[in-house]
Order: sequence, then C-alpha cells, then structure tokens
Amino acid sequence: MDLSELYTELVLEHSRNCANKRLLECATCSKRGYNPSCGDDITIELLIEKDQIIDAAFTGFGCAISQASTSIMIDLIKGRSSAEAQKLADIFLGMIKREIKEEEELEPLGDAIVFQNISNLPARVKCAVLAWRTLKAAVPEANSH
Amino acid sequence: MKAKLKLVRDQFPILKQRVNGRKLVYLDNAATTQTPRAVLDAVREYKEFFNANPRRGAHYLGGQATILLERARRKVQHFLNAPSPEEIIFTRNATEALNLIAYSFGLSKIEAKDEIVLCISEHHSNLVPWQRIARLKGAALRYLYLNDDYTLNWEEVKNKITARTALVGIAHMSNVLGTIYPIKELVGFAHKQGAAVVVDGVQSVPHQPVDVQDLNADFFVFSGHKVFGPMGIGVLYGKRRFLEAMPPFLMGGEMVEYVQEQEAAFSELPYKFEAGTPNLEGAVGLEAALNFVEEVGWDFVQKQERQLLAYALETLQKIPYLSVYGPKCLKQQGPVLSFTIKDCHPHDVATIADAEGIALRSGHHCAQPLMNYLGVPATSRASFSFYNTKEEIRRLAASLSKVRKWLGYGS
Repeated sequence: MDLSELYTELVLEHSRNCANKRLLECATCSKRGYNPSCGDDITIELLIEKDQIIDAAFTGFGCAISQASTSIMIDLIKGRSSAEAQKLADIFLGMIKREIKEEEELEPLGDAIVFQNISNLPARVKCAVLAWRTLKAAVPEANSH
Repeated sequence: MKAKLKLVRDQFPILKQRVNGRKLVYLDNAATTQTPRAVLDAVREYKEFFNANPRRGAHYLGGQATILLERARRKVQHFLNAPSPEEIIFTRNATEALNLIAYSFGLSKIEAKDEIVLCISEHHSNLVPWQRIARLKGAALRYLYLNDDYTLNWEEVKNKITARTALVGIAHMSNVLGTIYPIKELVGFAHKQGAAVVVDGVQSVPHQPVDVQDLNADFFVFSGHKVFGPMGIGVLYGKRRFLEAMPPFLMGGEMVEYVQEQEAAFSELPYKFEAGTPNLEGAVGLEAALNFVEEVGWDFVQKQERQLLAYALETLQKIPYLSVYGPKCLKQQGPVLSFTIKDCHPHDVATIADAEGIALRSGHHCAQPLMNYLGVPATSRASFSFYNTKEEIRRLAASLSKVRKWLGYGS
C-alpha cells in the first residue's frame, strides 16, 4: 500500500482548509451521517429550491478521508438537480464496490475518482462512503417536505 | 531477559510474518492476543484424539471429553484462586458472562429506586447490559468520574456508592486508559454499603496474577482470547451464595435435572449456567494458554511489560503534538497506551502505521461514554504484551513521527 496514493494533495487540501465546512443558513434539509465504529460524524445541509441544489455544506468531524470525500462531494452536487445528485451517489458507491469500472462511466464523478482505490483498504471504505450514503438519505427527505 | 524474550517470541508463529513489506509489529493486544504453539497444539490434539460431546453418552470419547472439560475448569479455578470449581462458569466471552450476571442477578435482585454505579471508563460490555436492566427495573444508573490523572476518585466513590446502591460494575483495568483500579479497596467500600460488585477482568488477567478471594469481588469475568487462548471461550467466576440464589440465564440441554411438559428442575452449579454443548476446544485451548502464561512466569511478564510501557511513554511523549490519555504512572497503569496526534484523526494514524506493518487500534474502543467524557471522538491505542520488543516501539515512534507530515501538517 502506498500512502501517497491515499493522502494525495487533493485529499489533504479538502480535508484541512475546507470552505465547504460551515453552517448553512436557510438550509431546507439537514442529515446526519455517523460511522459508529470509528466516530466519523458529519451533518450535511442542503438548500434545495425548485428541485435544484442551490447550496450545500457540512459540519462535523472525522478522518481525512471522510472529510475530503464529503467536501469533494459538495463541490460536485452544487447546482445539480436532486435526481442528478442521487445518480452521482450511485456511481460513487458503484465505483467503491467495483461494480462500475469503466472510465467513461466514472467521468461524472470528477475529483471524487481519487477514492477509486479505497477498496484496497477495506477498513477505510466506510470513511469514504459516509457522505454519499448520507446524501442518498437526505435528498428524498428534502423532496418529501 | 533478552534470550528469554527470543524463546517466548518463537512460540508465536504469527509474529514472524511480514505485513506491507515490513516485519509485523503487533500492538493491538488489548483487542486480542496472539496464540502460542502450546495452545494450537492442545486444540489440535483434542480434535484429533478426544473430540466428543462432554457430559453426555456413555462411550470412551464422551468420558475423555468430560475429563478435559472439568480439568480446564479446575485450571481456571486455580488460576484465579477461586474457592471451588463449581464457581467457574464457561461462557462464550466476557460479554456473555456480563450479560449472564445482568439478566440473572440484575433482573432478580435489582429493584425500582435502586442504583447501579459504573465507572465512566467501562467497556460497552459492562455498561449497555446495565442500561437495559436499569430501564427494565426502573433503577438509576450513576457514573464514577475520574481524577485529572485518570485514576479512581474516592470523593466520587463516597458520593455515589451509598445505601441505595445495589450493584457496582468496574473494570479491573481500563481498555482505553490502562488505569488499574484499586478493586480490593473499592469492593471493601461497596460491601459496607451493601452493594454487590462485578469486576470486568478482561484487561487485567493477561498482565498480572489475580486472586478473586483477595479482591473479594462477587463476580469476576474474563475472555480466553485476550489471554492467549482461543476466541469463543469466556469465564464467569461468581461467589457460590450468589450463583446458587440466581435463576438460570440460558435454558436448554444439560442445564436441567429432569424436564416435564410444564416445568423443569435445574442442574447444580456450574451446569445450571451452561446450557447446550460447550466450547470444549475453547476450554482446552484456554487451559493450555493459562499453563503457558504460568510457564513464562509472572516475573518475566510484568518486568517486560513495565519496561515496554515505560519506554513507550518516554518515547511517544517526545513526539510533537502527541497527547497521552492515561495515568502515565507505572504503578497505576497496565501496558495500554491511548493517544491522539493534534489535527490527525486516529483512523488516519492507524492507516499510516499499518502501511509499515504496525497494528494499532483506533476508534472509540467500545467506550463511547468515556470518549465523550475525555472530549475526543476517538483515540489511537498501542497495547503491549510481553512478546513485544523495544525495537517495535522504536518503529512505532518513527511511524508516528511521520503522521502529521503525511496529512499535510508540515511537522
């Protein structure tokens, strides 16, 4: 295992100084995600208007992987429709499970492709997927309001 | 000392392997210990020559299996200096033993308005069952908070263990802080208030001789796999007068005398609490493990482990931004060392150490109330056994010194 493939500049940048880590005033939806085994604890807040994600942010704490994955996800979903956000989460989870491998299919994930090889570290998979699972749970709730 | 260490290490085949290109450094002994050849051989011999269901059937192997089960029980009895073998109950692990106490003793003896007092550093296994009993019986759950150096606070003890206290639950040694609690003194105080005391000995049993009569605890539990034995075998010691008054926990075969359509009469101790076919290879392995520890000798075990802890405390505390959670005093701390590195999540710390073949634990260590009390989401933990070496601690320190750099913090 090569640590430099895991803790890349991109991941460290997102995990440390994170513009996406803040309280979102006037959020229409808030969802907590928690990894009980390691204590990663994040809350994702979304401002959705007319089915579009106008703004997104998160609060909480966790390891570099969970924080970076959350921040990269937030960059990616801003401006998307909730259906698009769901689709991105499905692609991300598919990539982690190694069900989706084709470069073309992974392209929409942008920077999040950095986590493709996290499945080589089974203990860290849950850190990488926490934000995306939380997003999948948050969006339908937001739409039901 | 050095020659003996090599002899002892040679007994553990797993320690020879390489992980991620480096020689394995196994520092997760508080989670589970590795298995010496003597235990592997004993389990294999049992399976090859004596395997049968004990205490049933009148054939040769059944008789041999019964002898082995009772021999293992007597080994545990002598190891803990329990008064009699009937006070030794085999369970699946310490968690099952603690649930047995909670559901049998707790449900039948704890009343509404009683109080259950636990130490804030309890492992979930000696905490969640008591939450359940407190809820079911309308009893109150109270916690002993600690001194600033993570040792037992006697003011807390005096304030919280009172005439209303029905039960006190505490670990002999904390799996996170390493604190060794003064159980004998605490039991003396609790008994004066009329409370029963349950001691979780999982972490202390591998590191120091235990005499349950000297501690005078009413219940004492431990797990086989944390003292070089197999997983799936645990021990409950209980004072006879408690065990005899308690109803059975699990019902089924071999815990009954006779069974009619509507009722059954239960067996005598210890079988009343051992329903179903027991884990005999576990018991055989545990017996071999306890023999192994005694052959290594407590003098060597304690000398070696104290040296390792002292060296680890000295070395790790020199690392910038590293904080240790524990008494940091060899008299009050077993060979467990929890720490955090500023700005670095313990899971990243464990991954970075693992990349060099070093096995650390990171997380809340099944002690979430303690984590809240400490004000941290998680810690990293290095836990030592007598087979670890100073060289391994040097490798740990070298790896930990690089953590902040890997995570982009410069130094």
